[in-house]
Amino acid sequence: MFSKLSYKSQRIVIIVSFLIVPLTLLATFSFLPVANMFWYSFTDWNGFSEKEFLGLENYKTVFTDPEYFRVFTVSLYYFFGTFVQMALALYFATILSFKVRYKNFFKGAIFFPYLLNGVAIGFMFLLFFRPDGGLDTVMQFLGLGDFTLYWLGNPDVINISLAGTSVWRYMGFNFIIFLGAISSISGEIYEAAEIDGANRFQQFLYIIMPSIRIIISLNLILAISGALSAFEIPYIMTGGSNGSATFVIQTVDTAFKYGKIGLASAMAVILLFIVIIVTVLQRRFFGEED
Amino acid sequence: MKKRYLSGTIIKYVSLILGAAVAIIPILVVLFAAFKTGTEYTATGPLTPPSDWTNIENFKRAFVEGNMLTGFKNTMIILIISIIGTTLIGSMVAFVLNRFKFRGSKLILGGFLLATLIPGVTTQVATFQIVNALGLFNTMWAAIVLYLGTDIIAIYIFLQFMNSISVSLDESAMLDGASYFTIYRKIILPLLAPAIVTVIIVKGINVYNDFYTPFLYMPKTDLHVISTALFKFKGPYGSEWEVISAGIMLAIIPTFIAFISLQRYIYNGLTSGSVK
Repeated sequence: MFSKLSYKSQRIVIIVSFLIVPLTLLATFSFLPVANMFWYSFTDWNGFSEKEFLGLENYKTVFTDPEYFRVFTVSLYYFFGTFVQMALALYFATILSFKVRYKNFFKGAIFFPYLLNGVAIGFMFLLFFRPDGGLDTVMQFLGLGDFTLYWLGNPDVINISLAGTSVWRYMGFNFIIFLGAISSISGEIYEAAEIDGANRFQQFLYIIMPSIRIIISLNLILAISGALSAFEIPYIMTGGSNGSATFVIQTVDTAFKYGKIGLASAMAVILLFIVIIVTVLQRRFFGEED
Repeated sequence: MKKRYLSGTIIKYVSLILGAAVAIIPILVVLFAAFKTGTEYTATGPLTPPSDWTNIENFKRAFVEGNMLTGFKNTMIILIISIIGTTLIGSMVAFVLNRFKFRGSKLILGGFLLATLIPGVTTQVATFQIVNALGLFNTMWAAIVLYLGTDIIAIYIFLQFMNSISVSLDESAMLDGASYFTIYRKIILPLLAPAIVTVIIVKGINVYNDFYTPFLYMPKTDLHVISTALFKFKGPYGSEWEVISAGIMLAIIPTFIAFISLQRYIYNGLTSGSVK
């Protein structure tokens, strides 16, 4: 019956019917929450009460009460972790795009952690970081036994351990993306460079880096906004105790544990703004030639 | 000249072995612990292999007491519905936006693009109220609907792929009198197969490994998925690391099997899925 209609009316029917469900879902679960969040952030709502308008009171609390803003310093660990992660991914992607024995094994081993379940990884590293656990044993084996620490007990070290776990988890993703991008560079370019006497490092600097610059910047955006919104690994492993609470853990606790939806919304709005600013800045710096 | 290459080769292999070791050792520790008995676990070092590789007592306990069976079942149901839904939604949107130019089509595309910028965890405070108001809290639909409505990477993968499907195929089908729906169903959808594989992989990884969605929206024990069932181990088995290890392995094994058998597709899928 549908095929009896003219193409012109078919067109309308198909546009409407194919878009209605996806657009409804998009509006309800992506945009409405953001809009509501803005609205809640100006109120003192606790989830049940009448919403009373507070103006910028919640924002003032977040920025002035050190209990809320201090946690941003925790994000710095993940932020620096991001750069370590990128550098390692780039390094391994570069050497594995040239001739290497057991290439598939190394590629698989370095990539595999990315596929693992977040809770499994969190528990795995709880075990790994225990006193006399996996890490300490390896260090003793290497003669570094004197340098072992309470990896998750010492508040000065805990965030490094957690950010390290995060790097362990996500590095494989960047690695495989970089590897794919590098492998799309034609082999002739390297040959020509080699004839001109360019060494491996020069090839990396002048051939590989420029060709995959955009991919690197895209990955950096993803990784930085990921670092700012770090949640799973620290929440699963420590629940945010011992000075390891990130901004998102704090937000989730404020909302769901203490029922301060208004305040938590203000925190979420701030984070959303920071992530958007970082993304826009990145695009400015890296994307101008696109 | 020769010498320089030799030292370069050594550095290369040493760093590769180091990288692989860092990736593997934490998993190995868990694998060893999962086969140890309680006393053996306390008495031996973490990198000492278990004395009896056939000791599956911990796995049994994790599987039965730890609610992992329910977890697997629920994860599978959510995974299958999400993948089918994502494929349909993504391909329908991509078909319409790629083949028809109409007023607002740019705006709609921009809307989907903008949504990818919103980091999921941050908006949960408000999303929760909506899910709750719709009566979806503590039902599987909460997770399904969120996976369909907020994770829209599939639309990009399909849109990108649509560019490579020639419009002349549509036109010749129209000469034969095919309706637009027939064109979508009989021509576009089958040709999208490689992109569908990509979507299944990207979505599969996301859904299987997601923690906060089921944790926030489906706290009921009957609704536990792999992540949340495993997360529950933390309390009651606090000190029984050999049982927790078995639970971790149970969550990892399906991933490992999928990785070994689908390696090539996973690599290609992630690479093509990430280049927006």
